[in-house]
Amino acid sequence: MRRIVVAIKRVVDFNVRVRVKPDGSGMATEGLKMSINPFDEIAIEAGLRLKESGAFEEVVIVTAGPSEAEQQLRTGLAMGADRALRVDAPAGLEPLAVARALRAIALREHADLVLLGKQAIDDDHGQTGQMLAALWDRPQATFASKIEIAGNAATVTREIDSGLETLEVDLPAVVTTDLRLNQPRYVKLPEILKAKSKPLAVVRLDELGVDAAPQFVLHDFAPPPARPPGVRVNDVAELVAALQARGALS
Amino acid sequence: MTRALVVAEHDGRRLDAATAKCVRCALDLQPETLVVAVLAHEGGEIAAQAARLAGVTEVVLVDAPHNARPLAAVLAPQIASLASGFTHVLGPASTFGKDLLPRVAALMGVGQISDVQGVLGPHRFQRPLYAGNALVTVDANPERLVVATVRLASYPGVGEGPQAPVRAQALEVALPSHTRFVERRASGGARPDLMTARRVVSGGRALGSAEAFMLVAELADALGAALGASRAAVDAGFCANDLQVGQTGKIIAPELYVAVGISGAIQHLTGIKDARTIVAINKDPDAPIFEVADIGLVADLFQAVPELIRELRERGAS
Repeated sequence: MRRIVVAIKRVVDFNVRVRVKPDGSGMATEGLKMSINPFDEIAIEAGLRLKESGAFEEVVIVTAGPSEAEQQLRTGLAMGADRALRVDAPAGLEPLAVARALRAIALREHADLVLLGKQAIDDDHGQTGQMLAALWDRPQATFASKIEIAGNAATVTREIDSGLETLEVDLPAVVTTDLRLNQPRYVKLPEILKAKSKPLAVVRLDELGVDAAPQFVLHDFAPPPARPPGVRVNDVAELVAALQARGALS
Repeated sequence: MTRALVVAEHDGRRLDAATAKCVRCALDLQPETLVVAVLAHEGGEIAAQAARLAGVTEVVLVDAPHNARPLAAVLAPQIASLASGFTHVLGPASTFGKDLLPRVAALMGVGQISDVQGVLGPHRFQRPLYAGNALVTVDANPERLVVATVRLASYPGVGEGPQAPVRAQALEVALPSHTRFVERRASGGARPDLMTARRVVSGGRALGSAEAFMLVAELADALGAALGASRAAVDAGFCANDLQVGQTGKIIAPELYVAVGISGAIQHLTGIKDARTIVAINKDPDAPIFEVADIGLVADLFQAVPELIRELRERGAS
């Protein structure tokens, strides 16, 4: 069976502004609205569309996290994924550990394509897909804005700093998704109800033989330094004068 | 003893300005040796440019046809092979480096530190997270190789120094054939490059159409500036994707940033907060962009911007 695995992460919702805890020990995320990382939602949508095009037969979504992350898996199932898998792990696993777990899943599931967002909007690391591709010894196409499948290869257009780049990669491959790949579908109520009966399995990190020990110690979380307050000008003439006063036009 | 390896970014002909910024960051490690790795095809001139960067002790040139294109799957095993003997491997947090360095790190069995914006010690770094809403200090294990990307907006490039030696090196590394380059399309044009421009003018959703967005382009030209955009403007189809400035687009640090009709979502602000002077022109006096603007003008952009263009042209400010 031709299978897509989509990896997702539970993050604080895009619209919520997260603040540093007063003691600097971390971010104050308790009680905040949680969602699927927006880039991963795009990855799910991409997987569903590739399945709908007939190029693949099954879409499996996977996350590594605590039991609360099953809410996001259920959302992915409601979008249309066939089944879900949660790797039981504490929140905040480092990208290398997640990549190791995903490699084990990709092998177990005989994945032909693994899709994931180009970065998570909480840690902003942007590493997991590339690390998975390295450990799995498979191609990577990051920052995808277009994916086309022909037989056992994918043609992927990537958004790079200087424009667009197109790569051809053999399957299995890892593709990370950028913002403009698609607009994820809205989930309708009947699908949410149907998703409750779709299979959701849990696997332990140690069953996958993954070394998930952290390599980094994080401390002294701090808000960014504030910019000095600016001035308001009343018209264009004042604006130009203010620019000149700051030497910004020389 | 700190030995730093900087992975050079280039376009096949010239060294990218990102490399001089990475060298600047690497110097903060106070390294014993600072080597720049140039992986290229017929890259002699690129290596010579890297050898002139101040602080570089040696350039290693791996010159081979398979390095003509920057394919991460092809470059990563070569860099992993070069990395033995080094304590740090650094690359730019550009799309080139963000694609490549995590792959290198995983091959070496180590995590990677993204977007280093401060070096507090050889194994202590500061980086942003949550779209720049917070900074965190990261301690890496001194026993392990450090692999990191450098947040380019946080570092000026080094200037020229004495010519460092260039050493050509052949690598015996098995390379994959599973990834093939098809094409690259530059969106470019005559305007300055967004990543490195001294001045940037960006437009937002308030422009309302691709035609109206040309007004922003006209202001950019009057200032000799690069053109940028908010995510809302890109999503609305007013301009090309690669103009997007912000958390998930480009993070820039120009001397002058002019935001036209941009409300200033946190994701956008994270891309511009290192600009020296931020100007905001917006009709809404409560728009968050004014919280970071050094100079704010509450006005209808369709009146203010043409007037500003006239003023600038009269003064010959570009």
